[in-house]
Amino acid sequence: MTPPLGKDLLALEPLTPEQIRLILDTAEPFKEISERAIKKVPTLRGSTIVNLFFEASTRTRVSFEFAEKRLSADTVNVTASSSSVSKGETLVDTARNLEAMRIDMVVIRHSASGAAQFLAERIESNVINAGDGTHEHPTQGLLDLLTLRDHLGTLEGRRICICGDVLHSRVARSNIWGLKKLGAEVGVCGPRSLLPNAVSELGVEVFDRIEAAIEWAEALNVLRLQLERMQAGYIPSLREYNRVFGVTRERLERAPRDLLILHPGPMNRGVEIDSDVADGPHSVILEQVTNGVAVRMAVLYLLAGGPPGLAEAAKGGSDR
Amino acid sequence: MARDRVRTVLRGGRVLDPSQNLDATGDLIISDGKIEAFEEATGAGYGDDVEIMDCRGLVVAPGFIDVHCHLREPGREDVETIATGARAAAAGGFTAVCAMPNTQPVTDNQAAVGFVLRQGQAANAARVHPIGAISLGQEGNALAEFGEMVGAGAVAVSDDGRPVASAHLMRTALEYARTFGIPVADHCEEPTLAAGGAMNEGVVSARLGLKGIPSEAEEIMVIRDILLARRTGGHVHLCHISTKGSVELIRWGKERGIRVTAEACPHHLSLTEEAIGGYNTNAKMNPPLRTEADVEAIRDAVRDGTIDLVATDHAPHHYDEKEREFADAPNGIVGLETALAVVMTWLVKPRIIDLSTLVDRMSVSPARTFNLPGGTLRRTAVADVTIFDPAKEWTVDPARFKSKGRNSPYGGRTLTGLVMCTIVGGRIVHRTAG
Repeated sequence: MTPPLGKDLLALEPLTPEQIRLILDTAEPFKEISERAIKKVPTLRGSTIVNLFFEASTRTRVSFEFAEKRLSADTVNVTASSSSVSKGETLVDTARNLEAMRIDMVVIRHSASGAAQFLAERIESNVINAGDGTHEHPTQGLLDLLTLRDHLGTLEGRRICICGDVLHSRVARSNIWGLKKLGAEVGVCGPRSLLPNAVSELGVEVFDRIEAAIEWAEALNVLRLQLERMQAGYIPSLREYNRVFGVTRERLERAPRDLLILHPGPMNRGVEIDSDVADGPHSVILEQVTNGVAVRMAVLYLLAGGPPGLAEAAKGGSDR
Repeated sequence: MARDRVRTVLRGGRVLDPSQNLDATGDLIISDGKIEAFEEATGAGYGDDVEIMDCRGLVVAPGFIDVHCHLREPGREDVETIATGARAAAAGGFTAVCAMPNTQPVTDNQAAVGFVLRQGQAANAARVHPIGAISLGQEGNALAEFGEMVGAGAVAVSDDGRPVASAHLMRTALEYARTFGIPVADHCEEPTLAAGGAMNEGVVSARLGLKGIPSEAEEIMVIRDILLARRTGGHVHLCHISTKGSVELIRWGKERGIRVTAEACPHHLSLTEEAIGGYNTNAKMNPPLRTEADVEAIRDAVRDGTIDLVATDHAPHHYDEKEREFADAPNGIVGLETALAVVMTWLVKPRIIDLSTLVDRMSVSPARTFNLPGGTLRRTAVADVTIFDPAKEWTVDPARFKSKGRNSPYGGRTLTGLVMCTIVGGRIVHRTAG
């Protein structure tokens, strides 16, 4: 039987709506495991997973590690600074060496777009993309979808706007594909210098003014503004960015409806998002983090060949 | 193998020479390294001291000339040498190639030019014509010594691989090159717009999350160079044109009688940015593969002569240099051994150009544009001849290239048109087995 997701999870763009729904549905029963006193099931006992992080990450790495450990997998964390990568070893050699140690899965975070696919084409193990350059961050996209679905019921016909540095954002791309596949209308809003030149060809609505985006949308996914974009000349200043594009309470109060506020983190409070919005009643930012573990458990489970229908049963019993 | 003073008869082929509007079946007779005669009546007796080569069903053309390739020597002999490059050229039907000066060290003086020339002669395959650098070290500051380089055998100057960022330097180069009657070949790329780019800017780059190089990075420099050629009267040759906009600008310049010539590469005539697919580094080059509209415009420009000639931009890399993350992989692909078949498959077979135009763009026009020997089968011309089978289908296997490079986007593809024999100065330098 072909595994329902194939060998790897590299991006949301190639997935079908059914595959995305399957992951989200599979994540539902896994949410409950994290609420238990003993947060562990034996599903992946005996599996070896390497978390290969070539870029600094706290949230995503910890989330994956919890997901793996709660499924009883054996995990090893490799970070660029501690590995032979810093000694000039190529990605392909790193991959082959890991494979030679007979691992089952690799979770990779890398600064180069396409790095996860590059790895997946060269090793037998399952590969999960934990963010590749400015390409995709599929598990982030999935946890955003799960969080939105929790609140909106369905994404069909819902209007979701992604705000900020879409040009350099892998989160934006995964969100655009995932949301569109589930039937949502997708908007993007940001300075044109931080939107891809061909952005409208991606099938999204483009808003130049955050006020217009807020009036249109039912939820905003506010992207982190990388501070180095200012040095690179894409925007003149963080202060002006906040004044023109910042998601502020004043702007939200003028909206015709309450908007859900998402943010993939880490936040620059007072730049792309004001603190009273981030901590406000419509913020679901911490729910995203909680859902992240469940979604990643679902992805690990499905890639390991777990039968889709048995996710509910998989949670049965604590670690025996 | 032809011996001295022995005549060779290329018998019964379709002799195609646009330099004299010749397209007829017959015998081409070579003696003493030169074209002796073309005889339409075949079957004539030529005596005992004659070597007969059966060319029935094949095209006999003036040898192809590639005005743009990277042979990597000196500096990167691990990826190509002048000898392996010249043999790859011969296998691809090229009787002459022009070697770009972005070697290590840069070919920017008479001694370096002389080295390339001697290595080319020693290779004894395709002729190798050196191109000298425009600026010392290709650093874009001070002019290199064009006069001495031309004296040592350079046929053109170029900083290819690096754009000439300074308009003043480009102007001076065009003026100074007039003295020596050589073209200034420019790699058109506005460096601040192209910085960090890994592919064409558009919807595919947006999807793949790769930094794009907009068409305008090329077009801004194309029009700059055309305007400077108008100002100076110099001959500017624009390398590897990749965009529809560039074609329109070149057309504009030619209509006004400005001395601008241009080349297109086989890959820009056949592939679009979609070939990058899942980050295929063998589809990464600079300028990048563009869109279908660009490819169509360039094909059309090759047909109507707005683009004067086809050049390969043959750029070998070690296989593991390409075996890496897309953004970090080097630019360039090998092209000498697939050029004919790519042009046959994507331009001649779909009847965009005819065979005579192919021979013009790959032989006659390059010789004329760079003022090189060859490019004709007229009596007394050097006997640089390419014999090819225009209908033969073959599957590209990079492992069998004579080039040390394996980085080709055509690997595994079945193409039409195979070089059967390459003759340089009357001597066979390549013969396809079987």
